[in-house]
Amino acid sequence: MLRLVSASKPASAALLIKVAPSTSLAGRRTFASTSARQADITLTVDGKEVTVPQGSALIQACEAAGSTVPRFCYHDRLAIAGNCRMCLVEVERSPKPVASCAMPAMPGAKVWTNSPLVHEAREGVMEFLLANHPLDCPICDQGGECDLQDQSMRYGADRTRFHEITGKRAVEDKDLGPLVKTSMNRCIQCTRCVRFANEVAGVEELGTTGRGNDMQIGMYVEKTMNSELSGNVVDLCPVGALTSKPYAFHARPWELKHTDSVDVMDAVGSNIRVDSRGVSVMRVQPRPNDDVNEEWISDKTRYAYDGLRFQRLTVPLIKQGDRFVSASWEDALAAIADGLRASGAQGDEIQAVAGHLADTESMVALKDLINRLGSDNLTLDSVGGHAAPVHAVDVRSNYLFNATLPGVEQADCILLVGTNPRHEAAVLNSRIRKSWMHTTLEVGLIGERVDTTYGYDYLGADAKAVADFVAGKSEFAKKFKSAKKPLIIVGSAVTEHADGAAVYNALAKYVEQNKSQLVTPEWNGFAVLQRVASRPAAYEMGFVPSRKASQTKPKFIYLLNADEADPKSIPRDAFVVYQGHHGDLGAQLADVCLPGAAYTEKGMTWVNTEGRAQMGRAAVPPPGASREDWKIIRALSELVDAPLPYDDVLSLRDRMWEISPTLVRYDTLESTSVEAALAGLKTLAAGTANAKVSGAPFVKPISNFYQTDPISRASVTMAHCTRAFVKGENYGFSELSSKPEAAYA
Amino acid sequence: MLAARLPKRVPRLPPPVRRIHSSPCRRSDALFVHRDTTYNNPKIPFEFTSENMKRAQEIISHYPPQYKKAAVIPLLDLGQRQNKGWTSISVMNYVAKLLEMPPMRVYEVATFYTMFNREPIGENFVQICTTTPCMLRGAYDIVDTVCNHFGGIKPGDTTKDGKFTVIEVECQGACSNAPMMAVNDDFYEDLTAETTKKVLEAFAKGQKPKPGPQSGRHTSENSAGLTALASKPYGPGEFCTPEFQ
Repeated sequence: MLRLVSASKPASAALLIKVAPSTSLAGRRTFASTSARQADITLTVDGKEVTVPQGSALIQACEAAGSTVPRFCYHDRLAIAGNCRMCLVEVERSPKPVASCAMPAMPGAKVWTNSPLVHEAREGVMEFLLANHPLDCPICDQGGECDLQDQSMRYGADRTRFHEITGKRAVEDKDLGPLVKTSMNRCIQCTRCVRFANEVAGVEELGTTGRGNDMQIGMYVEKTMNSELSGNVVDLCPVGALTSKPYAFHARPWELKHTDSVDVMDAVGSNIRVDSRGVSVMRVQPRPNDDVNEEWISDKTRYAYDGLRFQRLTVPLIKQGDRFVSASWEDALAAIADGLRASGAQGDEIQAVAGHLADTESMVALKDLINRLGSDNLTLDSVGGHAAPVHAVDVRSNYLFNATLPGVEQADCILLVGTNPRHEAAVLNSRIRKSWMHTTLEVGLIGERVDTTYGYDYLGADAKAVADFVAGKSEFAKKFKSAKKPLIIVGSAVTEHADGAAVYNALAKYVEQNKSQLVTPEWNGFAVLQRVASRPAAYEMGFVPSRKASQTKPKFIYLLNADEADPKSIPRDAFVVYQGHHGDLGAQLADVCLPGAAYTEKGMTWVNTEGRAQMGRAAVPPPGASREDWKIIRALSELVDAPLPYDDVLSLRDRMWEISPTLVRYDTLESTSVEAALAGLKTLAAGTANAKVSGAPFVKPISNFYQTDPISRASVTMAHCTRAFVKGENYGFSELSSKPEAAYA
Repeated sequence: MLAARLPKRVPRLPPPVRRIHSSPCRRSDALFVHRDTTYNNPKIPFEFTSENMKRAQEIISHYPPQYKKAAVIPLLDLGQRQNKGWTSISVMNYVAKLLEMPPMRVYEVATFYTMFNREPIGENFVQICTTTPCMLRGAYDIVDTVCNHFGGIKPGDTTKDGKFTVIEVECQGACSNAPMMAVNDDFYEDLTAETTKKVLEAFAKGQKPKPGPQSGRHTSENSAGLTALASKPYGPGEFCTPEFQ
C-alpha cells in the first residue's frame, strides 16, 4: 500500500474554503506516526541467526544475514509497494512463498532464500515480468546496468512459455521533459518512480492509470515532470523505461571511469560519482551518503556537466584593445605583474574576489598572496560582498548549518527565513519534506512565497515579520516556543539584504533567550543555509575585508571564479584579472584571463554548508593549457615578488590546517560547543545592535534554479530545462534530435 | 534466343508494407491517457449544482476531515451523473479541488474503475453482460440483437442519433436471471430477442419500461412454478395436541 500524503498548493486552497471548513495542515499526515520500536528480534535466515530491529522487513533481515534477495520494487528509501514479487522467499510453516519486502521479520522465523521452491518462484516471476518486456537490450540505454537484465541472467529461466500471438503489451511513451527519457514498453510497473515523485520529490502528478494489463505509469494529462530532483527516477528505474535524455546513447556503463567526487552546484556538497570517458565527463551519478545527500542529487548537479564542454577558457588571454589575444602562461603572468605595477595599486587597493566555484585551496593561496601584497581587501562575489558579512566570521556557528543535514529530520518546528531550500539546497528540501510527511513537523516561512513541496505557515515577507515572530505574535511563533527541537534556517540571502543586520540581531537575541531549546549540547537550532559551494570555506578562512579595506576603491582586481560581480562595481581604470574555467561574465571584465580547472578536473577541498570538509577528485584532465587554480596563484606569486611558501598541494593543506584544522579534517563534522555558540550569538547581537530596518521584502536569491553558475549557464541541458520549467516553453529537444537524422535520410 | 530466357518485364508493384512484427495489435478497450479534445479539455467549466453540492457535502461529512479524499468515488459518481453520464477531465479536476487532493490521485481512481466513462456516452447506456452464465444463456444473441437493432453498430459504439451507447460488460450479479442487460441504472433480465427489442424501443420513445425479468416471472423464482415446498405452509395451532389447539 502506498503511503501518499497530499501536499496542499497554496493556490488551490482558496476555492475550498467555502466547500468545507479548512483543515489545518497538521491533520493531513500519514496514518502511522508512531516511532520505530527499538526492541530487536532474532530469526534464522538460511541457517544463520540474525538479529534485526523489530519492524524491519524480512528482506532487510535477509540482507543482514548476507543472503541477497533479488528485487525490483523494493527500495529502502521509499515506501513498500510489494508488487514485483521478485523477492519471494520461503518461510517455515508458510504454505506459499512470501514477498519478503512486504513481510515483517518475525522473531524465531526460519527463512530460506535459496531453496528449490524459491528458485522456482523466482523463475516464474521473471517469466511473467519478461512476458511483456521488449527484447531490445542492444539498443537500450540501461544495458549493462539493468536490474532486469542482471537478474534474469542470474535468477531467470532459459525459456518462456509465453508465445502470445498478439505480441507484447505496447504503451505509448510519455514526455517528462528535457531530462527524463521514457520508453514505457520496457516498464515493469515497479512504481519506484511514482513513489519517489510523490514522497521525496513532492511531484504528486506522477501515478498509475488504468488497471491490469493496461496499467501504465504517467501523468494522465500531458505534463512535464517539474521537479528539481527528477533525475533520480532514472537511477531508481530498475529497467530502461526511464533513462537520461542528455546521456542517451552516449556511452555504455562499462566504458566509463568512475571517480568519487563532490558536487559544487550548491553548498550541500552532495557526494557524486563522476563517470568519464577519456577527457570528457559523460555523466554524474549520486553516491550514497546518509550524512549529506542520502541517495539523491539535484538535477543541476546531475545534468549541468555538459556545461563543462562549452565556453571554456583553454589558454591564457590578454586583452589588447577590445579583443582578447591568446598568450603563453609566461606572457600572461608577466602581463599581470606589469598591470599590477602600472596600476599603482598599493595596500588595500589590491582587491581579490572569490566567486561561487572557487575551491578552498585556491582561496587560501589567493588570500595569502593578497595579504603578502599588503592588502586586506578580500571580497566575496555576492551582493554586499565587498563588506564583511553581518554575522562576522569569528565564530563558526554564526554562518554554518549547525543543525547538520540529517539533524533537520529531528526538528519538530522549522522556521525558514529568507530562503527557499527547494532551490538553494534541493536535497535538504527533500529531507524537510520527508520529516513533514512522517512526523508532525510544523514549518513557518518568512520571505517570498514559494512552492516548497510541503505546507507552511506564511508569516510575512520582511524584517517586520521576523520582529513579529520574535515577539511571539503569531500562532506559529507560540508553537515554535513550545517545540522540543526548534530549528531556524536563515538563508544566505539574508546577509545580502539591506535588513540583514536587523534580522540577524533579532534572531540572535531570540536564540539567546530560548537557549534551553535552541542551543543545547545535543541540538543547535540556529542554522544558516549557504547556497554557494565556496562560501563556507571562505568564511572559515576569513576571506572577508577589514572595515578599512572595504571602503577603498580598488585599482587592481583579481577575480577568482567570480562571475556574479556587478560590472559597475569595478572601476574603469582598474586592472582586472580573471581566473576561472568559463568565459562568463567575469572574463568579459578582465584585462587578463587565466584558464583554471573546473571541479571535475581538480582534486580539491570543498566545505559544505554544515562545515563538512570533503575532498573532490579529478576525473578528467583540465582542457588545453588550463591549470589547477592554486598552482596559477602560486606561479603568479613569484612574478609579483611575493612568493608563497608552498610548492605542492600537501604543504598547501598544511597551511590550511594552520588556518583552521576543520578545513582538512575530511568527512567529519566538528560541532561548536554551547558556550562558543552562545558567545558567537552575543557578538553577533552586539555587532548589529543599531541596525535600521528598511522594510524591504526578502526576495528569493535564485529565480532560475537551473542556471546559477558559469557551468550551468554554459550547459545546453540546463538551457532546455530553463525553457521547459522556468519559462514554460516547449523545449527544443525533439526538434534538435530530428535535424541531424533528416540529414542522413 | 537470349531474350526469351530473360524474365518478362512485369510492371513493378510498390513493395508491400513490411512491419517489424507480424502479430496483430491488441488494443485496450479505453485510452489511459488524456488527450485534449473540443468536448473534453480542462478549460470546459464544471461545477456541482447547488443540489449536488449539498449531497457532496453530505457525502464528505461521512469521513473524518483529514481523510476526506475517501469520498472520491461517490463524488466522481455524482459528477458523472451530473455530466450526462461521463466523467470528463473537468469533473475529475473539480473533484480533486473539492477534496484537496492532487488531481493525479483522482485520475488514478477514475481510470481504474471501468464504470467511470471517460468518453461521452449516449442518452441511454446499454450494458450487456457476457460473462459465463449469461453467455451460456445466449448473451451473444442479445448482443447481436441490440447491435442489429441499432443498425449494425459494434459494442462500444454510440448510435448516430446519440440516444444509445452499447457496451459489453462483465458480471452484473444477476446470473439467476441470465441473460441480462443494464440500461442506465436498471436491470432488464430474462431477455429474449423480442423482449430486448421491446425494451429498446420503449427507451427510444422516451418511456421507461418496467425493470426486472421480462419473461413475466417474479424476481428469480422458478419460471416453471414451485417444485418444492409447494404445499400450504402450516400455521400456528395446526398438528398440535388438543390442549394446545
